[in-house]
Amino acid sequence: MSRGKPSILGALAPCVALALSACGSSAHGTTITLYNGQHEQTTAALVSAFEKQTGIHVEVRTGDEAELGNQILQEGSSSPADVFYTENTPVLEALREHGLLAPVASATLAAVPSRYDSAQGDWVGVSARVSALVYNTSQVKPAELPSSILELAEPRWKGRVGFAPSETDFQPLITAIVKLDGLATAERWLKGLQANGKAYPDNETVVAQVNNGESAVGPINHYYWFRLRAELGAGATHSALHYYAPESPGDLVNVSGAAVLRSSSHRAAAQRFLAFLVSRTGQETIAHGNSYEYPLRPGVPPAPGLRPFAQLAPAPLTPAELGDGSQALALEQKLGLL
Amino acid sequence: MSTLAPSPPSTPRPPSAPPAARWARVWSGRRRWPLVGIAGAAIAAALVLLPLAFLIVEAQRSGWGEVQRLLLRHSVAVLLWNTVRLALACTLLCAVLGVAAAWCVERTTLPARRLWAVALVLPLGVPDFVIGFGWVSIDPALHGYLAAVMIMTLALYPLVYLPVASALANLDAGLEEAARSLGMGPWRTFWKVTLRQIRPAVLGGCLLVTLALLAEYGAFEIVQYQTFTVAIFTEFKLGFDTVAACVLSLVLVALSIAALAGELTLTGRGRSGRPAGPGARRVAPRVALGRLAAPVLAGLGALSGLALGVPIGSLAYWMARGSSTTLPSASILGAAAHTAAYSAAAAALATVLAVPVSALAMRHRNRVTVLIERLAYLPMALPGLVIALGLVSFSVRYAFSLYQSALELIVAYAILFLPLAVVGVRSAMGQSSARLEEVGRSLGARPSAVWRRVTLPLIAPGLGAAFALVFISAATELTATLLLHPTGVNTLATQFWAYTSELSYGAAAPYAALMVAISAVPAYLLSRRMSTLANAERAA
Repeated sequence: MSRGKPSILGALAPCVALALSACGSSAHGTTITLYNGQHEQTTAALVSAFEKQTGIHVEVRTGDEAELGNQILQEGSSSPADVFYTENTPVLEALREHGLLAPVASATLAAVPSRYDSAQGDWVGVSARVSALVYNTSQVKPAELPSSILELAEPRWKGRVGFAPSETDFQPLITAIVKLDGLATAERWLKGLQANGKAYPDNETVVAQVNNGESAVGPINHYYWFRLRAELGAGATHSALHYYAPESPGDLVNVSGAAVLRSSSHRAAAQRFLAFLVSRTGQETIAHGNSYEYPLRPGVPPAPGLRPFAQLAPAPLTPAELGDGSQALALEQKLGLL
Repeated sequence: MSTLAPSPPSTPRPPSAPPAARWARVWSGRRRWPLVGIAGAAIAAALVLLPLAFLIVEAQRSGWGEVQRLLLRHSVAVLLWNTVRLALACTLLCAVLGVAAAWCVERTTLPARRLWAVALVLPLGVPDFVIGFGWVSIDPALHGYLAAVMIMTLALYPLVYLPVASALANLDAGLEEAARSLGMGPWRTFWKVTLRQIRPAVLGGCLLVTLALLAEYGAFEIVQYQTFTVAIFTEFKLGFDTVAACVLSLVLVALSIAALAGELTLTGRGRSGRPAGPGARRVAPRVALGRLAAPVLAGLGALSGLALGVPIGSLAYWMARGSSTTLPSASILGAAAHTAAYSAAAAALATVLAVPVSALAMRHRNRVTVLIERLAYLPMALPGLVIALGLVSFSVRYAFSLYQSALELIVAYAILFLPLAVVGVRSAMGQSSARLEEVGRSLGARPSAVWRRVTLPLIAPGLGAAFALVFISAATELTATLLLHPTGVNTLATQFWAYTSELSYGAAAPYAALMVAISAVPAYLLSRRMSTLANAERAA
């Protein structure tokens, strides 16, 4: 009966050895650690261009930006991270409020329009996405499309809206409505949306379900639709993207940003990485990748097919004004959306 | 009679022994437990207490007003009710499906038994996301309570199937034969005799299903069914409020304590009817299915088709249709090697820790040993993020050199999946007679020799089941992996996640397929071992 045991144990020994050997790898020269909440492929392209240019080695740990944010909160002053690069800014704002971020070099901040940087200069805006509406082309005629996101709460959209209330992209929409039209309007709008729509877990699902015809329209960021089309091909894409009227509350720019951790022991190298992200080379890497994000540095054109950034006239709200989203969160919790 | 109740000493206990003397007797003499065992159980308890301590330390920073704001909300009541009714329905369904499938595979002349034994375990090796996505691509309108019940039952029934199958393979048929010879019908025999013998395995599996559902998150998202974990994740991910998230997590701890107490009462009531007599156990002959073969095959086929066919079909579809499909690079092999190595090491560690935890609770039952055994289940009911953050918090302060090392990740897996190992070992311990060990000792064998030559062979199938369950679960784990993996190392789960979060389903599919394939290895080895074991005994 004991015949089977040695074979299992024998198989295990090399496995354990392999697993343990994986923990001791490190490179020569300066190495910085990047906690990456951005899409892995874009970051990989940026990192390899940066390494080539500077000789600084970058260790990348990719994860969900909110989970990485919580991890940094736990790590506190012992964090191994030198740089945190995220898809959205609320997580950076939360870390700033905890005093965990170091000021960004002023030349880096100056490379992008200051409205897309942290008001305190603790993180820099790197790229942007624009909120828009995805619609199913066989269920919605272009003439029906709303000019403002507020219209999605009207009865004519009953049963036709899909949205993702738990997405980090959703709270900025609520915050924007609160800032531009007041708390009461925001609450009325959320209630209307709740009555009209289906709550999906994330924007990926929203865009896929609108494309399937399960929902007719869905508020998303523009790049989800471009990525879905790239994955499915034009033939299987049964949806299109609609931009809201300029300067309406739904017309928002969501910024992806980066920061240097106060605990970093390689601050100079970390600052160079941030400077690279907003340099022409870095911004062109973002534009040419498959992320479909807008580079924020003036004069770097986005991927072909995207509406030029200059033609967008988003609502006059800065990411710093959109804050950490806690007011929006409280409103969603009050209405039982979360 | 019972191996669950404290084994009564053969001589009456002196009525007025002082506590110290009682302890001395418990831990010494004929009943002495090797120091190694006590140390092992203590290590297991310490590991499990780590995330729990994190929860309590964080939560106690919260004021009473904050606790009220968090808990006395309408949405919290709705989420709690959603969690409880889901756990009840799924547990019941998993029990029925798991026991029925295990009985058909282990006790009948079912054709292609080994194939079924592997296929029935494999749904555990499919990432939640693939299961959810598979179902929603078949029917995009699928959502709500019934959809969640169906999807989770199909995903979790292996947690009942595997311990029960190993218990059935290990079953002594002597009692069943006695019952039949005394005129009991086959159904009554199954109900009164067989089920009682495998009761610790069934209840243990049910406990795992219930606890897993308390912590489940990913799979429900896609069918838009919200459970209590949603409230916890909202605080973590949108509020960055660790304190609030920990207060809410303690509600899950309270729910799981209720489940653990309930299971303890139920196992305690039904005694595993292992005969006290000496001698080798008898292996049951397989029931000839005859004309029932076709319907049984159809039923198992339907179960596997739904639980395994749907997600695998959706993977195949992704690979065929997604334009991001590329031939996976050589790095997929590295990711697979890491997944296999970490999972195997974690499975070995969890199984090794589960042995003293279960053995002490079964053979030296007292408040302390039962408490340790119950504690060992708690990690199952906590979201992986809570456990991972607890380990982050501990290791950056007290063990920084281990932070984000392979060893830490393996320990994290072992904590997360220790409950799976405990159930496997416990049900095997419950079936093996303590009397055989006593006989061994009375014949002059040292305790270590008795352990090696009597106990270990008796519980071997349970150890195999424990190893397989932990291995498969660790291979698909994502949250703790993302937080704790060594920098620069990819696993199948992290790569799968990276691609799906970019909507590159075609590129993601091979990683999920390989996860399922790797999970098939321990499932296959286990089934082979169980059938050679049974065949050898039948021949003897």
